[in-house]
Amino acid sequence: MALLQLERISAQYPGAAEPVLSDISLSLGPQQLLVALGPSGSGKTSLLNLIAGFVEPSAGRITLDGVPVKGPSAERGVVFQDDALLPWQDVLANVAFGLELAGAAREPREAKAREMLALVDLAGFDKRRIWQLSGGQKQRVGLARALAADPRVLLMDEPFGALDAFTREQMQELLLQVWRRTAKPVFLITHDIEEAVFLATDLILLAPNPGQIVEHLQLDFGQRYSAGESARAIKSDPRFIETREHVLARVFSQRNALREERA
Amino acid sequence: MSSYQAPATTEKVVTTSSPAPVRWSLSTRAISVLTMVTLLAAWWLVTAFNWIEPLFLPPPSAVLEKAWLLMTKGYMDSTLWQHLGASLQRIGLALGIAVLTAIPIGIAIGTNRIARGIFDPLIEFYRPIPPLAYLPLIVIWCGIGEFSKVLLIYLAIFAPIAISTATGVRTVDPAKLRAAQSLGATRWQLIRHVILPSALPDILTGVRIGLGVGWSTLVAAELIAATSGLGFMVQSAAQFLVTDVVVLGILVIALIAFAMEMGLRALQRKLVPWHGQTH
Repeated sequence: MALLQLERISAQYPGAAEPVLSDISLSLGPQQLLVALGPSGSGKTSLLNLIAGFVEPSAGRITLDGVPVKGPSAERGVVFQDDALLPWQDVLANVAFGLELAGAAREPREAKAREMLALVDLAGFDKRRIWQLSGGQKQRVGLARALAADPRVLLMDEPFGALDAFTREQMQELLLQVWRRTAKPVFLITHDIEEAVFLATDLILLAPNPGQIVEHLQLDFGQRYSAGESARAIKSDPRFIETREHVLARVFSQRNALREERA
Repeated sequence: MSSYQAPATTEKVVTTSSPAPVRWSLSTRAISVLTMVTLLAAWWLVTAFNWIEPLFLPPPSAVLEKAWLLMTKGYMDSTLWQHLGASLQRIGLALGIAVLTAIPIGIAIGTNRIARGIFDPLIEFYRPIPPLAYLPLIVIWCGIGEFSKVLLIYLAIFAPIAISTATGVRTVDPAKLRAAQSLGATRWQLIRHVILPSALPDILTGVRIGLGVGWSTLVAAELIAATSGLGFMVQSAAQFLVTDVVVLGILVIALIAFAMEMGLRALQRKLVPWHGQTH
């Protein structure tokens, strides 16, 4: 049974002539890592904000376990592009923040936070200050913080977009490991085609004006990584390259179609 | 080969240039100290050679002697400590009440449309008025006692703290708010865990500005309507041309202002170490 369900979602900013998203339907269940890929203006971030509950759809309905989504909640954990950590707290307190808000006692919440830090390879970073961390470390803390609150689904808003290419590769592998071990359904948005193809079990391709799903692919490269194949071997596999080029071509054909439409 | 040499040369540049800024910052401080020493020496010189009447400018030694006298015996029925204590008590009381009221109101202005509608015009109306301009009205309404002076200083401190708190609240990173919301934060938890700490650097800046304004207002108010305090001491000494007490009073007022500024800067460094860090 699907966990998160979007039924015919449309979204429009107040005063805007065209909707940002039109007629989006999708579902996200256990064992799924759904990646929304699209150029800027395709409404990726709007889609994530709708699921997170930061904004409301103008039409359609979003449900989690059959219950309509209303406003942000700890059930839907979010990892942001810019870490959004709290610099006045150390790393451990940041990771334990969600549990603190829920009223958990100090001992259990710090134990849980340490466990999550170990999960993202940051064991021993408890007392570090946020501004002493590198970009990749901050994103790991952000991931650990979201996971510590034990959400039903994990939403990731271009989490590796601000990182350098090397760190990004490591973070993609780390995400796959964490995803496999926690078994959380993940919804991730990105504009990086290779990243999308590598990570996704389900890849939806969004096209702009208005944002709509133009293609839905089911992929298994992430599973192959989990099964033990190396990331570089997968990414240089002809099948991977073929998929990547196919997606790339789709993005460009969408863009050209749009240009002709306007001309 | 050349590409291998490049790092070596940059390293060299770094090692030779890095001590330079240290030397510079030292010498800047040294210049400041030198300026003060020169000023004191000039003071001593013009008085030692009697180029200026002691009535207009008493020698430093006389001021120091007077300081000792004031500390032990006092002037106008009170010692220097009592005058200083009276002034500090007034500003301390006013600051305490201002912090307790201005920060919640600043948060309300920054987060709530209705609160902004109520308090914004009130604060913007009275803030530009020099406090001494409404002191007479306060004296008419509340008399000449301690309450009027504390109220005056309170009003002077309140506005900068409330305004900078509101600014700090309005400039909270929306991503941090969303992050806390998606971790389940209630409205109150958002204020307590995200908004208040985010605004703390601005709040402390407001306190610094408020304390500066408050201190000058206090001394000025004591010049006009008081029977104790540093301002009163200076003013009454001036009436009898006791110039050494006047000079001493001014020096103490300056020292206290300087100490408050330094203390608050230290507090800012201690409370908000993340401020100014790139993250």
